[in-house]
Amino acid sequence: MAQPRTLFDKIWDSHVIAPAGEGTYLLYIDLHLCHEVTTPQAFEGLKLAGRKVRRPDATIAVADHNIPTSNRKAGIDEPESKLQVDTLERNVVEFGVPYIPIDSINQGIVHIIGPEMGLSQPGMTIVCGDSHTATHGALGALAFGIGTSEVEHVLATQTLIQAHAKNMLVEVNGTLGAGVSPKDVILAIIGKIGTAGGTGHVIEYGGSTFRSMSMEGRMTVCNMAIESGARAGLVAPDEITFEYVKGRSYAPKGAAWEQALAYWKTLPSDPGAHFDKKTSLDAGQIAPHITWGTNPEQTAPITSRVPDPAEIDDPLKRAAVERALQYMQLTPKTPLTEIPVQRVFIGSCTNSRIEDLRAAAAIARGRRVAEGVRAMVVPGSGLVKHQAEEEGLDRVFLEAGFEWREPGCSNCMSMNPDRAMNGERIASTSNRNFEGRQGPGAKTHLMGPAMAAAAAVTGRLADVRQLG
Amino acid sequence: MEKFTQLTGVAAPMPAINIDTDKIFPAIHLRTIKRTGLSKHLFEEIRFRPDGSENPDFVLNQGPYRQTRIIVAGDNFGCGSSREHAPWALTDFGIRCVIAPSFADIFYNNCFKNGLLPIALPQAEVDKLMDDAKKGANAVLTIDLDKQTISRPDGEIVHFDIDPFRKQCMLNGLDDIGLTEQKAADISTYEAKARTQRPWVFGMTEKAGA
Ligand code: SF4
Repeated sequence: MAQPRTLFDKIWDSHVIAPAGEGTYLLYIDLHLCHEVTTPQAFEGLKLAGRKVRRPDATIAVADHNIPTSNRKAGIDEPESKLQVDTLERNVVEFGVPYIPIDSINQGIVHIIGPEMGLSQPGMTIVCGDSHTATHGALGALAFGIGTSEVEHVLATQTLIQAHAKNMLVEVNGTLGAGVSPKDVILAIIGKIGTAGGTGHVIEYGGSTFRSMSMEGRMTVCNMAIESGARAGLVAPDEITFEYVKGRSYAPKGAAWEQALAYWKTLPSDPGAHFDKKTSLDAGQIAPHITWGTNPEQTAPITSRVPDPAEIDDPLKRAAVERALQYMQLTPKTPLTEIPVQRVFIGSCTNSRIEDLRAAAAIARGRRVAEGVRAMVVPGSGLVKHQAEEEGLDRVFLEAGFEWREPGCSNCMSMNPDRAMNGERIASTSNRNFEGRQGPGAKTHLMGPAMAAAAAVTGRLADVRQLG
Repeated sequence: MEKFTQLTGVAAPMPAINIDTDKIFPAIHLRTIKRTGLSKHLFEEIRFRPDGSENPDFVLNQGPYRQTRIIVAGDNFGCGSSREHAPWALTDFGIRCVIAPSFADIFYNNCFKNGLLPIALPQAEVDKLMDDAKKGANAVLTIDLDKQTISRPDGEIVHFDIDPFRKQCMLNGLDDIGLTEQKAADISTYEAKARTQRPWVFGMTEKAGA
């Protein structure tokens, strides 16, 4: 009998072209997503070497990081941002790469639109010059971020030279409590295994909690696989996956659908497949989480307090916590729910899908954004925006005093006008709380969309369960 | 790519753990279409004060460390984003080698494409090299990629592991794309087979852009 294999092993095996040297392999790439930030130098490299894009039909580009999220008609104000987007638009024409223009309803954050358009499918290898490519792993695809030299390599050859990662299983079983979201699950996982807990591994998220989780929730979880250092995150494809993919613009249709479905069903890990590392959590024990520090492992349940460095033995860890608290301007032992915020950001490739917006709107409905707080809601794509408006969510937000914006990366990262200024404290549904990421001196607290809405209406970090 | 064979110099101590790519190269400066001249933003938020003057407390602003070509760092160096701007900024500053107990995967890969040698060593070995680094100009390290050794100022030799394929590419300054192009026939064979096995993933993006 054949050796039992994991989902990752199966996708890997079916994409290896040849060994590339000791321990490394030439791997075939099915889909290459491109955005404006990490591709200019890659296209320039191709140009200098006189190379072409090998498979434009497996490549797609969109601008998301630099674009303004209001008054789009006025174009891009900031000259550096404009140059980057113009460069992408020139390159896609020169190299014949399909491009989603900024005024298309399909435009959005690259990791939102791949699954949404049906481009990201089970069993594929998907890459992008962006670490949050792991998002697409929610569909049971092997999806990972690459650097710009690798972008150039994929454009030229449709392949990558890769070392085989190890397998890791993160199992969560049981039912999530009321008010507990997929974001809380992933924050709890990263809090447990740390920012390097998955380094060198591809993580498969297994267990009953993920089996009953929606595709959107799975995407939130896989999006942050990289924050635990993992090369990629995966959830085995199942009926929920197939139901999600079916009928989307680029999904296979008719006989091709049947053929694809039969193949996809062979992908889940075999019973007894070997994982090099395993860990598990009990869903019932997970409370709504936030981050208090400057990396995503510095998380805590909202019911707890700011940690006290004096209680940490490891000197390097203690120094890191001290530095984080200094940057975040937090006093040890302060209850987390007493921390005021000046800004709220609901968006990013982690939490800007329709379900996220529904969860935030449920808290915003009939309430008001607190005095002195600026709160923005930024849908992940034109399609999400359209759907939310059909459901009247835009009005819920606007009536509550939130801003309703155009799709893009927005305040997730300080590359467009939505960046925070003056070191504001932000309740954010994004994925990184690194120093300065959301703007100079910005103090980020990561959390789920309902929690961020709760922070907006109370003006401080809040336990969404108290708002009912 | 620039070859890497041997390197001798003062190493800068950066003992913090989880030095992320936003710290190495702030997000706001990713709005560039170039890969050169990026060292002016290297470690910007800690290297410079808000008024633009140098922060004297930051190691790369101090004496012999201004010319350093080696960094000795804490665990999980380069975590965070996939931005190759991080290694581009480091090499533009003159850094050719980073030594740490561990590296984030994407950063580690990116280093090899840019002639920047990442050396992962057990914590105890890094601790010794960190002590050397703290001695500034009095402690020079010599790194020999071919022999896979670091010579400490007291004469001790520390061995390091490295993937043989990557080592060869680095020693010879080989371009990955050129190497892969030599396997064009294998790629075409694979592609033809995949087209029959998984036809639905071919031609996918062609109708995009509508
Ligand atoms: S939303 Fe944030 S994390 Fe996601 S792709 Fe954009 S900048 Fe990166």
